Parts: sequence; structure tokens; C-alpha cells
Amino acid sequence: MTAQASSTFVNIGERTNVTGSARFKKLVMAGDYAAAVEVARQQVENGAQIIDVNMDEGLLDAEAAMTTFLKLIAAEPDIARVPIMIDSSKWTVIEAGLKCVSGKPIVNSISMKEGEAEFLAHARKVHDYGAAVVVMAFDEVGQADTKARKVEICERAYKLLVGEGFPPEDIIFDPNIFAIATGIEEHRRYALDFIEAAREIKARCPHVHISGGLSNLSFSFRGNEPVRRAMHSVFLYHAIPAGLDMAIVNAGQLDVYDAIDPELREACEDVVLDRREDATERLVTLAEKYLGSDPVREKAEAEWRGWDVGKRLEHALVKGIDAYVVEDTEEARRSAERPIHVIEGPLMDGMNVVGDLFGSGKMFLPQVVKSARVMKKAVAHLIPFIEAEKEKTGATQGKGRIVMATVKGDVHDIGKNIVGVVLQCNGFEVVDLGVMVPWADILKAAIENNADMIGLSGLITPSLDEMVTVAGEMQRAEMRLPLLIGGATTSKVHTALRIDPAYDGPVLHVLDASRAVGVASSLVSDTQREPLIARTAEEYEATRQARARSGQSELSSLEEARANAFPYDPVGKAPPPARPGLQQFGEWPLRDLRASIDWTPFFRAWELAGNYPAILEDAVVGESATALFNDANAMLDRIVAEHWLTARGTVGLWRCRREGDDVFVLASNEETRLPFLRQQVKKREGRANMCLADFIDPEGEDWIGGFAVGIHGLEPHLERFKAENDDYSDILLKALADRLAESFAETLHAHVRNSVWGYAEEHLTNQQLIRETYTGIRPAPGYPACPDHSLKPLLFGMLGGEPAGVTLTESMAMLPTSAVSGFYFGHRDSQYFGVARIGRDQLEDYAARRELPVAEAERWLRPNLD
Amino acid sequence: MNIAQQLRDAAATRILVKDGAYGTQVQARRLAEADYRGGLDLARDQKGNNDLLNLTRPGLVGEIALAFAEAGADVLATNSFNANRISQADYGAEHLVREMNAAAAWIIREVAEREAQKDGRKRFVAGAVGPTNKTLSLSPRVNDPGYREIDFDTLSDVYVEQIEGLVEGGAEIVLIETVFDTLNAKAAIHAARRVDPELPIMLSMTITDLSGRNLSGHSIEAFWASVRHARPLSIGLNCSFGAAQLRAHIAALSGLADTLIMAYPNAGLPNDLGQYDECAETTAAQVREWCEQGIVNIVGGCCGTTPAHIAAIARTVAGYPPRRTAEPTRRTLLAGIEPMVLAA
Repeated sequence: MTAQASSTFVNIGERTNVTGSARFKKLVMAGDYAAAVEVARQQVENGAQIIDVNMDEGLLDAEAAMTTFLKLIAAEPDIARVPIMIDSSKWTVIEAGLKCVSGKPIVNSISMKEGEAEFLAHARKVHDYGAAVVVMAFDEVGQADTKARKVEICERAYKLLVGEGFPPEDIIFDPNIFAIATGIEEHRRYALDFIEAAREIKARCPHVHISGGLSNLSFSFRGNEPVRRAMHSVFLYHAIPAGLDMAIVNAGQLDVYDAIDPELREACEDVVLDRREDATERLVTLAEKYLGSDPVREKAEAEWRGWDVGKRLEHALVKGIDAYVVEDTEEARRSAERPIHVIEGPLMDGMNVVGDLFGSGKMFLPQVVKSARVMKKAVAHLIPFIEAEKEKTGATQGKGRIVMATVKGDVHDIGKNIVGVVLQCNGFEVVDLGVMVPWADILKAAIENNADMIGLSGLITPSLDEMVTVAGEMQRAEMRLPLLIGGATTSKVHTALRIDPAYDGPVLHVLDASRAVGVASSLVSDTQREPLIARTAEEYEATRQARARSGQSELSSLEEARANAFPYDPVGKAPPPARPGLQQFGEWPLRDLRASIDWTPFFRAWELAGNYPAILEDAVVGESATALFNDANAMLDRIVAEHWLTARGTVGLWRCRREGDDVFVLASNEETRLPFLRQQVKKREGRANMCLADFIDPEGEDWIGGFAVGIHGLEPHLERFKAENDDYSDILLKALADRLAESFAETLHAHVRNSVWGYAEEHLTNQQLIRETYTGIRPAPGYPACPDHSLKPLLFGMLGGEPAGVTLTESMAMLPTSAVSGFYFGHRDSQYFGVARIGRDQLEDYAARRELPVAEAERWLRPNLD
Repeated sequence: MNIAQQLRDAAATRILVKDGAYGTQVQARRLAEADYRGGLDLARDQKGNNDLLNLTRPGLVGEIALAFAEAGADVLATNSFNANRISQADYGAEHLVREMNAAAAWIIREVAEREAQKDGRKRFVAGAVGPTNKTLSLSPRVNDPGYREIDFDTLSDVYVEQIEGLVEGGAEIVLIETVFDTLNAKAAIHAARRVDPELPIMLSMTITDLSGRNLSGHSIEAFWASVRHARPLSIGLNCSFGAAQLRAHIAALSGLADTLIMAYPNAGLPNDLGQYDECAETTAAQVREWCEQGIVNIVGGCCGTTPAHIAAIARTVAGYPPRRTAEPTRRTLLAGIEPMVLAA
């Protein structure tokens, strides 16, 4: 067995102890706390389950050192996850330490050395601070050395403590591990006495634990690590079964009992158990053999130090380790073309990992703050180089100045601080006004500092209103600075609805710190500022409109909504189709589809903002849009000429009847029930609560259609691009295939209206098509009018299984990915709408009609339920 | 019979009900700055200083408490969440802290006694002690993780002042709530002991992130290990997220703690506009799950809850037996950020 393998034995790390570790002492004395913290981290990584912290050194202000160190490791979740043992022989140091530790620590130690009164006074305080306590077997006479003395003192202390109401389970006895094999006769039984006393104390004092400081044991073999390790392991092997629950050990330096050289093991056993007269002599002789035999197996550096510098920086950021960050940053700088590239490259990559982990709940706040600190140190190292470069090149890259504040009434500022740090890391000057800042101070600071933007933060909900106030005051002051909004309760919706309208200057909601840099950088960029502002304004306008349409207003009951259905007008009914049933379109000419492409979404896919064709002339993105457009057309030439792709389509037109919100469709002699959802948001007078079923005749027979289109044949070309490492063409082809599928859906719909169904006679231009200035609609499952994606299998079933060669994944996505499917409604009044929020009553009703468990329907309709 | 025992006895027969949030009720009344200020001569803007209302609008505070009592609350907390020297410094009203707390307790004590006279049922007056806006465990300076804005002794003194005021006004229990920093809570416990070693303590943590921890990083289990020395009359959770998000954490605590469990959630999560719009029935439905699982002894409401929520909760819990307190154990609990149990 090994000590570590014993599941109940607790290793207490001893390295953060100035009396036991020369290295730690040196670091603390030199004030190098960053490296001292790394010693603690290493302890925990090596398996210490508790860490002992001791600052008892004559030349140190032990109270100050103890509190400083404890506060520092509190900020390191990797370390702070384990309990702390506050170790000092001075009560004042212990009490100072107790005031800094947030979990439940152990005090090491108190004793009856100065009498019962002081002992009990200290014990009461330990309990009031919420700690467990190590009681050393020490009384007015002295430290207990024999078994009898150890047992007697511990039992007396136990009775005193329990009598005072101290919880017995919070008592840990240290019956003193002394050095053995010293050559002094009285020391021979020390280990054995400890082991026997442990057993006896456990028997007499219920619920207590036994601890000890292990390194004393082998004191006489200092410098001979193999022998010391063997002695420790042998001692634990015997002491643990006797009742030793924990010991202060170097967790990285214990041997597996069975793996100790048998000769050495036996010699150690002889001294620990005092089995032979000449035990010490024999061990001393044998020890010679082990001197200088690679004693310290301490891995010089943990494995990660061997990684390449980018990975090391990422690791340091994610783990929040700043011990090596300067040297690593320097290494990265040397190999980087420009110092700023180190920030933009490996450092931001690392911060992005941090952001993702935080966002997904795998990291928590203190870690993020820590990561930011590492980042800041790295950046601080780079700044002089960046400055020097600036002087050399004459370029002034001073990025911008932001005034940040947590608004009045709110005290939460951690998120704001993180954003501030990240912005500073990226070269911004941050004027942080702190928390509870009234609007007047924010405006004043912005003006005085000639700020480029203002950032507001808040966590609690009333802060949202306060942000509106600040925006209103900025408006009144006729400011035009961009206003950035962030914090946990803020949202794009709230920003768009409430804050943006209060202020004519740009207002931008910033989702998280990682995005803050992008937003702030754009705002100080000559080329990106206006597009960002315009795009955001447009987005908020769209949000407002969407909000106005769906309303945040009350829901009607389903019954009321149905009573307010869209009135059916028999006059607008489309005639029966010219060609009912299924029609297949095996290969629609790509040339036609190309002619009716709607290009605006294509540019949006490439994150180029603007409408086609104006975008080609756009002052900012015009050039790249034109280049992209030319490349796209060149590829389209080849797609058409070389028949790269195949456009397949299936159309079905079927008889149907309506029952309430359901449409029963007769396809292939089988009736399929299509349940549709009805708007439930309360409407203004004269506005209906719409449902797609409203466009079907409630009185008699009517007609409905369905379709699917798919663009096939991309794979060989994508493989070719991949082999050529040509990502650009890869994305281009996929984007074009999407456009062709949309174009096909639009073209096919026109064909259906004009000939297959044949209720229309249109001569529309492409622009009119895109603007949908025709009669009839083609709503798709999963889109606002028909939000339930799970209607697709029903539609596909009616269309014959795999219409247009398109299949469905289990989450109802279509394959190939460039595909469109939907229903056709031909009634003159049919129109698109959003179902928006629905109530539980409709959910339950719908689930029953859809013959799904409510929970499953809920899953599909989630976005419509909140 | 002492208060702690009276409360335990009551809780042995049924699930007790705690009141809802003052903030929400005060906010709903849309008070102007002058309402807050009353006749007091204070230099700064007092709008939003809800704790000051104990002095300037005691009738309004009593009216809210009465509404909660009539909704069925057995445990009535005082309106004193920020009535401490640190939080009041933001309003320049530090000098009123003691009075504010005494008044807060007196107002509730009066409501409690009046209600008890009506139906003979004891209402418990819990003096609410918030976390303050300073933290003992975290540095507000990113560059200087060893820095602290405040120290333990100062915070303990701040709490002593508040708790003394509450006790003077007639609070029977001290409720240390919305604990985002476990060390702050330990300072409050320390202070309560200084005021009166026998004063019953209720403790309630708040979860601030998705991993189920408070700001100082503690899970509910680690929190329990860290404050068990207070021998609290109850332990539990408040605020945090909505009831739905709290269930797993309460269940974990319920299996662990050899004392009463109290939970008082927000009315769901705030919507996009920052309003709590979870209706009373929804909150009550979540609470019902807790009752069915047998993991609570006292249930109430935090942010966004109204007398309607409390009434719905009271109706819901009435049908269920209270949680049976976990057997006291003699296991040694320790904690860093994570809890640690030493084998016996």
C-alpha cells in the first residue's frame, strides 16, 4: 500500500512553511509572493488535500506575511479549493489568519502549555471563527514524549474542550512526531510511542482525529532524500492503521511502500518499530549507499513548461498562472514580427478560451479575474516595445479613451472591471469611475477626459432604468459619444427598446468582455466605426419592429385568440389546381436560377453590410464586395457551364379541409393532419390573431400545397477545394449553393402560381419577386408563421418520403444543406406573420393535436414559449 | 420557551412560510425622493434608500409587512438589508444606522404581535442583515489580488452596530442573508455572537454563477461546512436565480444539514426588461416540487415576490409535511472553496 492510496489518509502540504522549506522562506523573505503562491499551487497539484501555511520566522512580520499570503491564495481557485491549515506558534498570527480565510480552516495549533484558561480562551475563539483545531500534546510541564504522557495530555484536553461545548469532531490531536535514529537512547521509542498513543487516544476520545508533522521523524538524515522518503513511508504504513488520519508531508515525496528497496525498508522498519538494539547503526551504515542518488524527484517543471510558447501562454491565461508569463511573453515577442502580434495572437486566443469557459459555466468569476491579471502582466511587458516601435515608425496607435462606470444604485463592478482590464490589455485608456456613479459624474468625466466613448455597467434590474436616465441626460447635453451597455441583466432587446431611443448618439449593447474589444476598436477605427454604428442602429430598429409586431403585451387565452381569427373571405379563394398531386422537377436549369438570385443575403453571409446592388458602390465595403461578386460570378459561370450542381424540386398540391386550426390534407389517399399555431399576443382592435389555417376555407373543400427543393452535387468540388487548401472557394461554393436553393424556391413558387396550380398570371421582375409582390405564400416549418420544425416529416411524407432528394436529420435539419421546403397557400389574403409568444393553453392543445407528449412539443416550441 | 425552540416546534408540524421582498413592494409604490427623505436633514439624494423608510415612512413599511403576514407568512423579516454603516455611507446616512435598525425591528415586531393576537399564531421577527457592498474575500483591484477594501474586524464592528439596533427594536432572530461572500457571513456570525451568544441565527446563501457557487466561490456544501459553527436555526438559499434553478442545491443541502432548511427564491429570472414577471402560481408550482421532495422547512420569496406570491406559496405548502431534519453527525467538515469531509 502507499500512503496516498489509503483513501482516508489526508496529505497536508508542508512546502508553504518557512520553517520547513528553505525555498519558500527565501521567496517570502524577498517578498516574491507570486512565486510563493506557485509553491502552494504545486503542492495542490501534487496531491496535497490541505495546505499548511507557516510564517514563523524571526526576521519576518509573521502576521503581515500570513495575511498577505492567505489573501493571495484566496484569489487562486486552484489552490483555495482545499482547506487551509493556519500554522503558527503565536496566537496573534493564528487569529490574524483566521480573519482572512473564507472556508473552514484548521488552526495549528493550540495547547495547554500556558495553562487551561488560555487554552480554552483560544479554543473558544477558534470556534467562533469557524475553524477546526490541532491540539498539540503539550502541557504546563512540557511536550509529551512517552506514550503515557501523550495519552494523558490529549485526554485531559479533550474533556476540557468537549465540556465547553467544542465539537469533538473538530479536534485534531498532534501527539508529536520526534526524530528517531539519532543515536540518543531516549529517542529510540519515539515513533513507536506515537503509533501506540494514536491508537489509545482514538479509543479514549471519540470523534477526534490524529495528525503529525512527518519531516521531524527523519531529521537526522537531512540531505539523504531516499532514506528520508523510505522512513516516512514505513512510518505511515504502520501509523495509519493505528489511527493517524493526516500528516504534514511533502505529498510529492512519498514512496510506495512495496517499491522501497527491501533492505532499506527493513532497516527503516527496525528504527520505526524499535526492533533491534543496533537498528540506528545499521540504518546509518546503509544510508551511505543512497547518498547522492538522484534524491529529489521533483519534476523540474510541470509538463506544460515543455509546450510551445503559444500553448504555454494560453495555459497560463486559462489557469491564471503568472509566474512565467513575462518570460513566455518575451519569448513570443522575439519570434513575433511585431510586439502587438503577441497580443492579437496567442494572448487574445487564450482570453477567448477563458471567455468560452466562463460563458459555459466551466470557470467562475475569480478565475476570470485572475486570467485578466496574467493578461495584464503580459501586456505590461509588451507596452515598452510597442511604444518603442511607435517612436521608430512615428505611428501613433493610441487607441482611445473610455469612461466606465457602474450606474447609480448599483454596486456590482466585477464585470465592468473585467471589461476594463481587457480593454486596457488592448491599448485603450480606461477611466474607471467605480460604482454607484450618478449620471452627472459620468457626463462630467467624459467631457473632462475628452473620452471616445462611455461604458455603463449594472447587474441588478433597476440599473436598467438608470442606464436609460444616463442616455437621456447625454441626449440633453447634446453629446454624441458612443454609449456602450453591458452587465448581466442588460440585453440587446432592452438596449434597443429603451436605451437607444433615449439617445441620438450610437448605443451599443456589448454582450461580453471578449466582444468589448471588437466593439471599442471599431468605434475608434476610421473605416469600421460608421458601418458598426449603422449596422447596430439597423439591428436595433429591426429588434424594435419585431418587438412591436410580436409585442410584449399580454397573451389572450387560446379561446379568445380563436374568436379573433383572421376572417375567411370566400371571394379570395384560389381555384382548384391545374395539375394536382405530385410533380417532380429532376433538373431545373441553373441558368434560370442564377438570374433570380437575391444577392443581399449573400453579402451578409460574408459579413459585408449593405444591400445589393448599392453595396458594390459602397464607400467602405464596395471594393471587397465587388471583388467577391466577381469571384462569385466566375464560379457561377463554371457551375453552369460544367454542370457542377443539380437543382431538384418536388411539388405537391392536395385537397384539404379545415377543422379549427388544423388542416387535414388528403395526399396519396391518406389524410394527414397539419396542426398550425395561432398568434396569442393581444391585438389592437381590428387586428386578427392569425393562424395559417385561417387561409383555408372553413366551410368546404380547399387546396394546399407543399414543396421541397435541394441543390445537389457539392461534395466532389468541396473535396477538391479542401485538397487544395482553398477555404475561400469552399465557402464561396456553399454560399452560392444556398443562394441557388433560395432562388429555386422562389422560381418554383412562381411556376406553381402561374402554371402548376395556375391561379395567377404574373409578369414579375426579379425585384418584385424578392419583394414578394404576388398572391400566395410559401411558409416553411421552423419559420415564424409555422415555428414547429417537427412538421417537416409530415410535409416530407406527403411529398413522397425524400422529396427533391432531400432527407432530414433527427433535429429536422435538411440534407443537402442547400435546401428549402414549405407549404403553399393560394388564398388572396394569405400572408406571412410571426406566431410569436404562445400560452401554455395552446401548447397543451397543440401537443394533443400533434399527438406529442407536452414536453416534446415544448421542446420544439421553446422559442415561442417565453 | 426560547424563540429558537418555538420556531423548531412550529416547523416540526408544518412547512413554515417566510415573507417576500421589500424592494419590490417599495418600488411598486414609486416613491419620490421627498418620500424617502421625510423630514430628515441629509446632504445626499435619498431616493432608493429603502432602509431609511423605517424612519421616514414606518407606516408604509408596516403596511407591506402586514400584507405579507396576511398572506400567511410565519417568519417576518425586517426591512434592513442595507441598514449598515457601509451601505448607508453611500447615502451619507451612517449616523442613522442604529435608529434605522431599531425602527425596522419595532415596526415588524408590532405587526407580528398584532397578528398573533388575532389568531394566536406566533409570528417570528427576523432581523435581516445583508452582505454590505464590500467583500472580505475578493480584491476589487485586478492588479492586486492581495488587496481588500475592508477587514474582518471593521466588518464585524459594522454588523455589531446593526444587530444591536435590531435587537433593541425587538428582533428575535438575526437573519444573515444573501451571503455572496462566506467570509462576510463569518464576520456577521462573529458579530452576532458578540452582541448575544444566544441570539438565534438564520443563514442564507446566494448563488451567483452557473456552477452553483457564491462570489467567494463556495458551493452550498462548502458554505454549510464554513458556517456550521454558528449552529444556525436554519440554513438555506435565497435570491440567486428562480426557484427552478435552486432545487438541486437545496436538495444537496437538505441531505447534509442537521438543522432547518429555508429557501426563498426570486420570482423567476428577470426578463429582458429587468422585470420579474414569474406569476405567483408558477413560483408556487416550483415550490410544490420542493415540498414533494421533502427538502424544505421554511419557504418564502425574494426579489420580485409579492404578497400574492407568498399567499400562493402558503396555499401550496399547507398540504405537505415538513422536511425531516438530517440526523446530526459527528463527521468533521472542512472547506476551502470545496467542501471536505474527514473520514471518521
